[in-house]
Amino acid sequence: MLKLLLPVVVLGGLGAVFGALLGVAAKIFKVETDERAEVVLELLPGANCGGCGLAGCAAMTEALLNGTAEIGMCAALKQENAARIAELLGKKLVKNEAKVAHVFCSGTCEQAAKKGTYTGIYDCVSAAQCGGGDKACMYGCMGYGSCVAACAFHAISVCDGVAVVDNSNCVGCGACVTACPRELIELVPVEAKTFINCRSHDKGSAMKDICKIGCIGCGLCAKHCPEDVIRVSKHLATISYTMCTNCNACIENCPKHVIAHVE
Amino acid sequence: MITELLLLCITTILADNFVLCKFLGCCPFLGVSKQVQTAVGMSLAVTFVMTVASAITWLVQYFVLVPFAMEYMQTVSFILVIAVLVQFVEMVLQKMSPGLYNALGIYLPLITTNCAVLGVAILNITEGFDFIQAVVYGFSAGLSFLVAIVLFAGVRERLAAADIPKALQGFPIALLAAGILAMAFLGFQGLSF
Repeated sequence: MLKLLLPVVVLGGLGAVFGALLGVAAKIFKVETDERAEVVLELLPGANCGGCGLAGCAAMTEALLNGTAEIGMCAALKQENAARIAELLGKKLVKNEAKVAHVFCSGTCEQAAKKGTYTGIYDCVSAAQCGGGDKACMYGCMGYGSCVAACAFHAISVCDGVAVVDNSNCVGCGACVTACPRELIELVPVEAKTFINCRSHDKGSAMKDICKIGCIGCGLCAKHCPEDVIRVSKHLATISYTMCTNCNACIENCPKHVIAHVE
Repeated sequence: MITELLLLCITTILADNFVLCKFLGCCPFLGVSKQVQTAVGMSLAVTFVMTVASAITWLVQYFVLVPFAMEYMQTVSFILVIAVLVQFVEMVLQKMSPGLYNALGIYLPLITTNCAVLGVAILNITEGFDFIQAVVYGFSAGLSFLVAIVLFAGVRERLAAADIPKALQGFPIALLAAGILAMAFLGFQGLSF
């Protein structure tokens, strides 16, 4: 009987001693964790889109708690959640201007000329490195959907060879902006409705072989703009969105029909 | 006495390297050797656990197990000691160096079941070392782990930038490099003291 009990007692005793020592050590080396962290993490969107510039929602939580980040940095945060986080952290909520992404290209399969067939990896970054896809235009959307893959909110789809942003899903995190190798995507104010959907710097004479709907930089839109917010440089017209009133005078006067009103 | 201990130390580090000659502790050797910095952190943690584990397991063996004639409980009681030590190291690291704690990740609690640590504790007993020899052996076993993993991490840092055939990328090339490193260490077998 003793032979049986002895190991149990000895090992049990060893375990108890070590356990007590660990218990003391746990008291000494206790790491203070903020109980607000869990709540804040819960309130953040949890998409880990990286739009705030940090590594993800967990990193954002940490930065919010130690005061190195502002709530407004998270573009995807819902209004009521933002208010609750602000209340939790005792901060004033600064509302930042809502933005959505927009793809500045209208060269659909029908409009843009092809220069060949692309059979490489189905990804814009890869395509941009070897010949730039199958479209003749070196500035336009290749339509292989790198932005679609980058979007954590399912707000972008490639439609007829060109990426299109669904404004109702877009939160303006900017993940697609960095994903596009041709820098065609930009964050614009939600109020902006008039877009010159082209980023080509090709001359008008070259454009006629490349894309039926590309901007040739003729400047008629700038001439007819009552607010004088359109600038033409390097054969391309661009609208400054802080001043545009969406009057659509430019749309009526564009010979290439590249300017569009998007609701 | 001192020369003997020094010889034990050098033999353990070079000719009888724990990782490259005894093939103990291969899991963290491959898992935490992507960066020299984390490799150093990991092996310092392992060295600490090995040294202290050698001392405590020796005491447990000769002052608890032998008097009660229960040497057959060696494995389980040694594991208990090691587990407690690892828990302790984990607490200290989390408090003192959260960066290193995050970098080590799962490999830190894995020291608990690291064969190198249990190996050194059992070898101390089977080799019949006295207390001081056991502590020195544990410490130099930790150092041998450090030497192996830091050398290997240096190799892997260069491998990361090298142009490697697709079939060999990642672990295959790491295992090949480990094999070549082990063969290189075989050269130290020729040392005789």
